Amino acid sequence: MLGRKIAGTCLRANVPSVAATSSTPATQTRNSHTIWYPDAKFERQFKTGGTLGKLWMSERVSDFDEKIGLDKLEKLAYSDPVMSDNYSGKQREKNLENMILNFGPQHPAAHGVLRLVLKLEGEVIIKAIPHIGLLHRATEKLIEHKTYTQALPYFDRLDYVSMMCNEQAWSLAVEKLLGIDIPTRAKYIRTLMGELTRIQNHIMGITTHALDVGAMTPFFWMFEEREKLFEFSERVSGARMHANYVRPGGVAWDLPIGLMDDIYDWAIKFPERIDELEDMLTENRIWKARTIDIGLVSAADALNWGFSGVMVRGSGIKQDVRKTEPYDAYADMEFDVPIGTKGDCYDRYLCRIEEMRQSLNIVHQCLNKMPAGEIKVDDHKVVPPKRAEMKENMESLIHHFKFFTEGFQVPPGATYVPIEAPKGEFGVYLVADGTGKPYRCFIRAPGFAHLAAIHDVCYMSLIADIVAVIGTMDIVFGEVDR
Amino acid sequence: MLGSVIRQAVSRQIVRNSPISTTAAVAQTNQTGDKKESPKKPTIWKIDEHKRERLANFGKYAAECLPKFVQKVQFAAGDELELLIHPSGVVPVLSFLKGNHSAQFTNLTFITGMDVPTRKNRLEVIYSLYSVRFNARVRVRTYTDEIAPIDSATPVFKGADWFEREVYDMYGVWFNNHPDLRRILTDYGFEGHPFRKDYPLSGYNEVRYDPELKRVVYEPSELAQEFRKFDLNTPWETFPAFRNQSITSGYETILEVAEPTPATPQNK
Repeated sequence: MLGRKIAGTCLRANVPSVAATSSTPATQTRNSHTIWYPDAKFERQFKTGGTLGKLWMSERVSDFDEKIGLDKLEKLAYSDPVMSDNYSGKQREKNLENMILNFGPQHPAAHGVLRLVLKLEGEVIIKAIPHIGLLHRATEKLIEHKTYTQALPYFDRLDYVSMMCNEQAWSLAVEKLLGIDIPTRAKYIRTLMGELTRIQNHIMGITTHALDVGAMTPFFWMFEEREKLFEFSERVSGARMHANYVRPGGVAWDLPIGLMDDIYDWAIKFPERIDELEDMLTENRIWKARTIDIGLVSAADALNWGFSGVMVRGSGIKQDVRKTEPYDAYADMEFDVPIGTKGDCYDRYLCRIEEMRQSLNIVHQCLNKMPAGEIKVDDHKVVPPKRAEMKENMESLIHHFKFFTEGFQVPPGATYVPIEAPKGEFGVYLVADGTGKPYRCFIRAPGFAHLAAIHDVCYMSLIADIVAVIGTMDIVFGEVDR
Repeated sequence: MLGSVIRQAVSRQIVRNSPISTTAAVAQTNQTGDKKESPKKPTIWKIDEHKRERLANFGKYAAECLPKFVQKVQFAAGDELELLIHPSGVVPVLSFLKGNHSAQFTNLTFITGMDVPTRKNRLEVIYSLYSVRFNARVRVRTYTDEIAPIDSATPVFKGADWFEREVYDMYGVWFNNHPDLRRILTDYGFEGHPFRKDYPLSGYNEVRYDPELKRVVYEPSELAQEFRKFDLNTPWETFPAFRNQSITSGYETILEVAEPTPATPQNK
């Protein structure tokens, strides 16, 4: 792996200016940054010059060197150790040490409580060791001591930037073990709120990444739109962030009157906001210099490291759980899955921009196709009865009491339900033992697998590049630490 | 699996009644011989029979290729394939699932653990793999106790690094040949394995800032009120007659390899 990268560097070193190999204008624009200049891997061989047994010039052998016989001279000089300036003739070595730098846990660009121990060689990172767990709350053990309905608000607090998507995973896992299917209107409401949550998360991810790199304006512009999305969440669930809305058996409340009209009014204006964001960033010279060829992940590495979501789609793998294993109403939706080509930060940024547009497409389809009907299953052992029913007849009152005191019993079994969270594949592995409490609940956080590979992604990068890589991974430590 | 029920020879063609839907349970009997139940109930979870059949065939194929390690092939939640293997076969089974041309499970989704204290081998390790090529998921489950180690999966999947560190931190499963096996989520110097079932929810220690020492110190927990365990579960099972009738409940055995050595512990 490392040898292949160095060979790539040497190959690029022979061609100072790479012409565009493709005729498409987008590729030509992207290739304007492939003029080679010395990077960390190239400069590293010169840092060892002057010490014992090392050369004073580059290992790169060009045709001119071969013509004048300089490569043979280099081999001869390499075989004969260089004497030091010690006149006694004894060879000695200088003892050098690498600097260790603590990045975080209070660094503003760490996107949470991340302690990153960096081993530096000059300004080049040769080792990045993340220390996590500072936000660890034993959520999975707390869930084992709660009923299935009481465990739902814990999922709002995992990834506190995409709340309803986490709730969706838990509700689908419980429904699968119960063997029930929710009404169609509830599926459409879940899909609509899930896509609004995805837009909400991508606004946060892209603009804070731009803020880390140095662009402040997109943050101020797009958080205005995020406030509007919080208003929609508040109107359906009563809470801006921790919605507790997508519950097993359906959704908690129906959409209030007029909400779909307001979402439509917002949705037809939001593409202009995305265009403004793209005007600020997509062709920005500084943004491209900070994101192109930074944080390169190949497709094979993305699969081997357990990546998912935008981290694999940026590397060229068309993998989306909404398409491959449709849940809720995604089987009825038509949308495209954007993929990148190179697998760097810029590709993932473009994937997130396009995902926001596709999410708007899904929002429009949900608004147009929203069916009438119930929002919960009609089994009051799984969902509580309506308030008016509870006050009118004894059976509903008994169901209400039994539901809220002891919950519902889930048949024994195990299931794993993945959904496409904005950061990747978020899944819940749920083991039930027939009682009203889960026996084991494992939460598969996508950021956990992404952060695990941060050393491999950031190897031989600069310190400023690791800030860009943390931003492109979209790390939120509520889900990493769990 | 605690309280798990192994169902034998259940027909895949029948859409069975949900134990929760009382009206459906009253209206229909368990029609074992009915092959064509055309109007599917909208409130019943749907299972793709074609995908299920393909996964069942792959499970049989994997058990044929790895008879030394695969002890049982079963379905969980109706359509999720699980391979129950011997703990010595973690690396061969995962290498087979990743590298075989008919499998190509190149993406490791997660590795997690589970604690069932009533078993002889109380700790269980669950590997979940995903195939981008075939759009299929498989789970590999194995068992161990508090002492015996398991081979690490990092030679096969590099992404197994942190997942195994988390299982070691929370459950105490030791992974051989792991490049960096140390605690990942708990504090530096933490003792114990908090996700085991015998670890209390309130823990053993609490932290506070000591103004004299000018640092955070650990002290034994002193709960001002005894830990309240709300045991409001009903003592009886509410629907015992329909325990196995949900299409997603329990496990359905596809293949169970006969054990030549009776002394080999088996995970049921």
